[in-house]
Amino acid sequence: MKRRVLLATAAMGLGLATGGAAFAQGMDNVKACFVYVGPIGDGGWTYQHHQGALAVKEAYGDKVEIAWQESVPEGADGERVMTQMALSGCNIIFTTSFGYMDATNAVAGKFPDIKFEHATGYKREHPNVSTYNARFYEGRAVVGHIAGKMTKTNKIGYLASFPIPEVIMGINAYFHHAKLANPDVELVVTWAYTWYDPAKEADAARAMLDQGVDVITAHTDSTAPLAEIAKEGGNAWGFGQASDMAAFMTNDDGSPGPRVASIIDEWAPYYVKRVGALMDGSYEQIDSWAGMPEGEVVIGEMNDAIPADVKAEAQAMIDAITAGDYHPFTGPINRQDGSAWLAEGEVADDGTLLGMTFYIEGITGDIPQ
Amino acid sequence: MIGSIDPVLLVASLMIASTPILLAAIGEMVVEKAGVLNLGVEGMMIVGAICGFIAAVKTGSPLAGFLGGALAGAAMAALFALLTQVFQSNQVATGLALTLFGLGLSSLIGQGYNGIRPPATARLDLGPLSDIPVLGRMLFSHDWMVYASLGLVAAVWAFLRYSRAGLILRAVGESHDAAHALGYRVVRIRVLALMFGGACAGLGGAYLSLVRVPQWTEGMTAGAGWIALAIVVFASWKAGRVLLGAYLFGGVTVLQLNLQAAGVAIPVQYLSMAPYLITILVLVVISADRSRVALNAPAMLGRNFHASR
Repeated sequence: MKRRVLLATAAMGLGLATGGAAFAQGMDNVKACFVYVGPIGDGGWTYQHHQGALAVKEAYGDKVEIAWQESVPEGADGERVMTQMALSGCNIIFTTSFGYMDATNAVAGKFPDIKFEHATGYKREHPNVSTYNARFYEGRAVVGHIAGKMTKTNKIGYLASFPIPEVIMGINAYFHHAKLANPDVELVVTWAYTWYDPAKEADAARAMLDQGVDVITAHTDSTAPLAEIAKEGGNAWGFGQASDMAAFMTNDDGSPGPRVASIIDEWAPYYVKRVGALMDGSYEQIDSWAGMPEGEVVIGEMNDAIPADVKAEAQAMIDAITAGDYHPFTGPINRQDGSAWLAEGEVADDGTLLGMTFYIEGITGDIPQ
Repeated sequence: MIGSIDPVLLVASLMIASTPILLAAIGEMVVEKAGVLNLGVEGMMIVGAICGFIAAVKTGSPLAGFLGGALAGAAMAALFALLTQVFQSNQVATGLALTLFGLGLSSLIGQGYNGIRPPATARLDLGPLSDIPVLGRMLFSHDWMVYASLGLVAAVWAFLRYSRAGLILRAVGESHDAAHALGYRVVRIRVLALMFGGACAGLGGAYLSLVRVPQWTEGMTAGAGWIALAIVVFASWKAGRVLLGAYLFGGVTVLQLNLQAAGVAIPVQYLSMAPYLITILVLVVISADRSRVALNAPAMLGRNFHASR
């Protein structure tokens, strides 16, 4: 027993040093478990994670068993649910919200033989904890370009949730590409301070529409902003967020609906890959941040409200990002105060992006502290 | 920068934003006037939201949707009435359980209704009134439920103040023993008041899922029922003040988002706090005179009645 602890400690040290510890032995049957922060029926964030879970089942059939729990509050409840899952025979546990970060690491310390995968976090305190995220800003860049081209009032909106780097990154990517497409564009940011409150999301969208904003992208989880935009009857546009939200793509009368495109989080490739790695013994601790090239960030079908030439430009940008030829944060880009951030042709490094707490030049207003 | 907010649009959107809480709060006020504390408003609202949504989608008629929402809310209230009025269970615990039950039940029956759009609720055509320059857009261009909710507030006010039935209902809330001694059916009156409250909460929920958000998402009431409960206390059990409280809360919520969108240089945290802060402030001001508050609260609020005691 003692030797095992010693080995585990050594492995942990090794894991921290090399960034990965190999678990050479494969498994015949895997039970994969998922912890969701919202209901599967949210039509956005949690829905997409669940699609990924179903894809794992689809890919491996009888060799895999999946289990999940919805609407698990972040904090002590999360820890209890994860412990329960670990005790009930799960081999790999995916915890799908930033707020589960400490709980995931705490439970992982108690169950060294079980693999833990934490979405959007950065703490990997044990060799059995991996983290994964998606480069959502690549999608924001594409919809930013569309927004810049489509706005008639030259005012575009961003319905923001919380002032964290993830969201600020999205705002900057969206505005930067809108500005490249249309130098006169102005950005209105509204903070809802919630991930999920359909009525409040609708109110926030309404407030921006009343201010003359005519293209809105949301960083919250429900479809309510699109429903609010739909009331403008073809004079304002929005995007699906996290999920395709295809119900808003076409109106009942066949005309193009308010959702002109969407940013889809596609977790399936990652989940299938990780569970597969556990089965064939190639599983290693990683910190994954994949995007369009790996198929984790996908732009949903663009509808006919977008002019054909804009569609082609957006597609060209998607192709360039997917091929790795273009990074959405390529200089010259200045910070909000006018000081230089990226020089001509310089590309932002991941560290700066993950800790982003500043607006780029041209955005008015302050980030709430 | 504040100048860029159009007050006309602001008032128009605050009326829509406030309607669900107004409906739920006016119903709960009648319930509390009868001496029953039903903390299950949130649960009744969300069940009303999904049942109203399903009814509207199945029939294609928003009217049927609102009817379905009201019926579902009343059914939830009937369950509460059965437990508290017949089986004499604790009202606070039963109300909390009703909320949890409603949230679970609604996501169960809502399976398969995500991402569907309900039939649109038509704007009420008020003819020449809608064409008045400023007031027309502000007050006379809404869907009919907004006016129905205002009518309901007026009706509740008149009922409690001028009608004999309203007097009896208040008597039951003030002293159920005295009312019983006079020969009034305390339990029956309370059950009816509860069903009315449930129907109003269900209507409020249906307004959320059919007009304000228009779609079904799980947990979509997001605490509106609790706000409605607070507004009843805030209003010190007066119908006119319920209207004021609901519009004030809805108004500040909408205003803070408008201020943000207009780029006013007030830190966002203060703006998002504002609706709650102002509610607390007004509560403090209203309850500064303790004796008056005590006079306003129905004396039998939350106390169970049984004829044998």
